[in-house]
Amino acid sequence: MTMSIENLRDVFIKCAGGDADALPVDQMSVSFEDLGYDSLVLIETSATLKREYGVVIPDEQLTELRTPAELLLLINDQLAPAAVAGRPATGI
Amino acid sequence: MSVITGLGVVAPNGIGVKAFWAATLAGRSGIAVLDRFDTTRYPARLAGLVGTVDPAEYLPARLLPQTDVSTRLALIAAEAALNDAGVDTEAMSEYDMGIVTANASGGFEFTHREFRKLWSQGPEHVSVYESFAWFYAVNTGQISIRHGIRGPSTALVAEQAGGLDALGHARRTVRAGTPLVMCGGVDSAFDPWGWAAHLASGRVSLVPDPATAYRPFDTRATGYLPGEGGAICVVEDADAARVRGAKVYGDIAGYAATFDPAPGSGRPPGLRRAAESALADAGILPQDVDVVFADATGVPELDRTEAQALRGIFGELGVPVTSPKALTGRLLSGGGVLDVVCALMSIQEDTVPPTFGTTEVPAGYGIDLVIGEPRRMRVDTALVLARGRWGFNAATVIRNHWKRD
Repeated sequence: MTMSIENLRDVFIKCAGGDADALPVDQMSVSFEDLGYDSLVLIETSATLKREYGVVIPDEQLTELRTPAELLLLINDQLAPAAVAGRPATGI
Repeated sequence: MSVITGLGVVAPNGIGVKAFWAATLAGRSGIAVLDRFDTTRYPARLAGLVGTVDPAEYLPARLLPQTDVSTRLALIAAEAALNDAGVDTEAMSEYDMGIVTANASGGFEFTHREFRKLWSQGPEHVSVYESFAWFYAVNTGQISIRHGIRGPSTALVAEQAGGLDALGHARRTVRAGTPLVMCGGVDSAFDPWGWAAHLASGRVSLVPDPATAYRPFDTRATGYLPGEGGAICVVEDADAARVRGAKVYGDIAGYAATFDPAPGSGRPPGLRRAAESALADAGILPQDVDVVFADATGVPELDRTEAQALRGIFGELGVPVTSPKALTGRLLSGGGVLDVVCALMSIQEDTVPPTFGTTEVPAGYGIDLVIGEPRRMRVDTALVLARGRWGFNAATVIRNHWKRD
């Protein structure tokens, strides 16, 4: 299982407010700062990811992230480690 | 001199100064059955509700997940006040503007929801926004952030007296050199937890008829009804207001606050001392006051002590007294500020709104309560009184800015 851009967009909208237009999927490489997402939004997002997707982003990693795209990579790293590592996801 | 140059009102019987004032004169009430949760088994169900406001119409969507209903109403009132004053906050230095709000109950509904998650699902389910959405300073903080206000700012807590304290502190801040200070109070606590807290006062009227449940100073008074909402004012240094060509509603001419002595001390309540100190602060005598906006709790014992204080200052039937609160309920920190709005409109239109609901005042009170219809009369100076539970008293003198003969 992996998380799509749309999934992450929906999590951000839920945590930060706004409608889908507030975070177009082609804007996922825009920095959190430029998107107006402060540390509270990121903490709320992190808590939601843990609750709803079982993904744990440690705080020290969270504060290093700069864009939604970077966060998505990290999430999918956890959700599908085998695929990201480049190994064929067979025999599971 | 500190002058009021902008008003933003979010009241149960009207959004905006004009709608609220029209409702206040016409006797349109914002009292309704509380239906935000099942109240059928509660001993009291009536409250002053700001019913028809959709926050999404007024506020950026980004503010909604992090705000309690009380903060949303405060943000709506603050923006309206700035617009009314014609202030462009972006054109001003952010340190030349301050914000002082009073708050009595914090973000009750938000907190109730998050606490329910805490005990039923666990701490990881609690929103991070709970860290500030609940607390007394949240309205000051959110208004400050939204409008880029970074000058001297604070939050005051004094139950129903707090709104007048906020005006007093705004005046103090202007005197100390900040040209523009927003101030006021907005509260709302109508979730099950908030409602239980209101009822725990033991002073909420249990009468189920909206027309008679809250009758301040009436022979049949049975307590008050709680309400939500309030008002935010823009207060400016008179010279600064003149320089930018602002319209002026009136002066904050006097202010004082006192605290009641401990129960059983035998000393009198502090309301009279607050009123007299505010008059002294304004440099005027009781006979200079045209109208008093009373605290008007609707609790017979408290009505009697307030009437006694007024009689002591002004003499028997010495000054017209009114309270439009029966149409809105008592708004906690918003209550006194809403009365200040009424005082300013009374000055502007030479009209005193009546105390709706009340028909018969005990002769022993000795007060000239305005009842039935608005009273057309010249109004230049108004005394506004507010009492908060647990001993808070505040008094403000509002005066016509323009000299008349």
